[in-house]
Amino acid sequence: MKNTLRQIFHSPKFVGGFCIFVFILAMMIIYPLINPGDPLERIGVETFSKPGIYFSMYDASTTKTSPFRLADADDKRVASKLSMEDRVAMVEWFGLAEVDVEGVSMDDTETLLKLWDENYSADKKIKMTQAKKKYFKRLNNSIQSLKAADKMEVVSKNPESGENETVTTIDKNAYVNVSDVTNTKILPLGTDNFGRDVLKELVSATRTSIGIGLIAGIVATLIGLTVGLLAGYVGGLVDDLLSLVTNLFTVIPSFILLILISYSLSQDQRGPSTVAVVIGLTSWTWTARSVRSQVISLRNRDHVNLSKLSGHSLVRIILTDILPYIASYVVMAFILQVSSGILAESQLSLLGLGPKTTVTPTLGLMMNWAMLYSAHLNGSWWAYFPVILTITLISFSLNLMNTGLDQVFNPELRD
Amino acid sequence: MKNYMKYFRKKIVWFLITLVFAVILNFLLPRLMPADPVAAITGKLTQGMTDASAAQEVYKRYAEEFGTNKSMFEQFILFVKKAVRGDFGLSFSQYPRSVSNIIGSAIGWTVALQLPAILVGWILGNLLGALAAYMRKGFDKILLPISLFCSNVPAFGMAVVLLVIFGINLKIAPIAGGYDASMIPNMSWKFFYSVFTHYQLPFWSIVLISIGGQAVGMRSMSIYELNADYVKYSRFLGIKDRKIVMYVFRNAMLPQITGLAMSIGTMIGGALVAEIIFSYPGLGSTMYAAVTAADYPLISATTLIITIMVLLANFLLDIIYAIIDPRVKAAQFD
Repeated sequence: MKNTLRQIFHSPKFVGGFCIFVFILAMMIIYPLINPGDPLERIGVETFSKPGIYFSMYDASTTKTSPFRLADADDKRVASKLSMEDRVAMVEWFGLAEVDVEGVSMDDTETLLKLWDENYSADKKIKMTQAKKKYFKRLNNSIQSLKAADKMEVVSKNPESGENETVTTIDKNAYVNVSDVTNTKILPLGTDNFGRDVLKELVSATRTSIGIGLIAGIVATLIGLTVGLLAGYVGGLVDDLLSLVTNLFTVIPSFILLILISYSLSQDQRGPSTVAVVIGLTSWTWTARSVRSQVISLRNRDHVNLSKLSGHSLVRIILTDILPYIASYVVMAFILQVSSGILAESQLSLLGLGPKTTVTPTLGLMMNWAMLYSAHLNGSWWAYFPVILTITLISFSLNLMNTGLDQVFNPELRD
Repeated sequence: MKNYMKYFRKKIVWFLITLVFAVILNFLLPRLMPADPVAAITGKLTQGMTDASAAQEVYKRYAEEFGTNKSMFEQFILFVKKAVRGDFGLSFSQYPRSVSNIIGSAIGWTVALQLPAILVGWILGNLLGALAAYMRKGFDKILLPISLFCSNVPAFGMAVVLLVIFGINLKIAPIAGGYDASMIPNMSWKFFYSVFTHYQLPFWSIVLISIGGQAVGMRSMSIYELNADYVKYSRFLGIKDRKIVMYVFRNAMLPQITGLAMSIGTMIGGALVAEIIFSYPGLGSTMYAAVTAADYPLISATTLIITIMVLLANFLLDIIYAIIDPRVKAAQFD
């Protein structure tokens, strides 16, 4: 046993998969400690806020500031407010005034502004209509005012007098340290369509989904193991019957059975654990097949025959003489069942047949919500991509572990 | 030839058994559930209805439509009789279209998308897997993890990623539908071109996923075969490497056909969900629409049709397998 374990942990594939899986498990345990609370709490009023650090403008305006003098601050500010229309107009004026703008990009605000400052003057003799001339004058004024403005007043209404009172003036060069602002919210993955913290939801969903995978895997393995052991060891009519059932369920796509069963269960009955059991009930055939064929090859081994001659009971023979030999196959099948269970749940949820909504998030439900609110069409990658990545990583790590185990137990496959 | 016929007969009998079983399951599963399906459906339909007698009326109508007021056996006979005639009743959500009409217009899209995609994915995957097994070092080290990773991306995930990259960011492929929405299906080149461009993303998303799994399987199979005694013996005899490789791959390929037969059900499940992402007008999107609209007759018929398609594919693969694997033929002779 110890030796097998050492061998397993020497397989790079197994270790790789194991590390990824443990990392995901650790995230599931640690993150809720750092960021506790209901994962489905709606914090955002709008849908799909970008990932990043949010801090309250209201609080920031009265937070202690420290002045900075940054060289390009003005240009950046103007650039962020200069519309495309204005830029086009500027370039048009350069063209009329025969200023050389070869190779200057429309997005390069700094150069554009510099050229404008150097060249523009309202008195310059250029052939154009009076209306155009006025337009460019207005444009120049707005550019100059953008650059000149250096103070902003924050005003609040006095409830007694009803007059506006200046609370504070914000200087152009005043900067606030984010950590000094009273109310900040870090959203590493933004918010989803309901304004919920995606990372928090994702962690909770991963936990539920892995739970679903585990329950599905346990149910499938138990059924598969029982059927496989009985069919393989007892043989005869039992084998014929069980094999017939196994083969029938192998050819009939389990996904279809899942759809039929899930649809027949009403929305209220479809909790995550029910869905998990249903997935397990439809995916045991693989385990049954591989266990059966392994047991058949073991059935007539000497040590099994010896036990039979010693009059040991069927249960004892199976537990002590057969199970230890097929344990590795069962574990490998179990790992695959877990990963396919997680996938099955997500596919089911995408069809709208997943666990009951609005109580617990699962990876599939998150995906379903993101698709329903067309996150993929409006560029909100944070609502669906982390979900896809998580499903992929879980299933990748489990499969990698499985491949590693396979190579340990089947030396012919070793590199 | 006689033995072939015997084999085929056996396979046909097996196909029929599975078919009957599938029909029974399709009929029985919704009816075995603790909840009354008619109540569930009418519950969804009558949500917000204040008039109790109207709700009662709806319930009675659907009870009659499904025949839930008759005995289970009578219901089954009725169900089979209708199914054989291709009569699955009228759709709830797209009333007054018949279910068979809706499925008829969707099935072609699904077959034309999934059959080539799964085949291409299978072939490419096998080639890559064989290459990985033969090259081992280097190639194997890079290809295997990538293949494994790709095969673990869920089908809908790959679909979304391709859609966002090629459809939305690069704008080189249309993002939804089977053809341009402004067109009416006709026999012009323009229409075919539109169908072709809309075909790309769903097609490649299915191909990319099936490649990985097949490559990994083929690699293990090929390594098994490369270590077999006949390979060593052939080397002793001085047979050319290229020829041995051909033997090895032929032998390694055969279990892959069974593998395809085994996994086709799972693959179609994933591919159906990928269809939803692209709103491809196939059975997957039909099923999605049916689920959202609580259209029970349509769901029941779609699941039955998909099951029959999978069973047929399995049957055909069994036949092909027998034709190309001499060992199966030999096994049938005794």
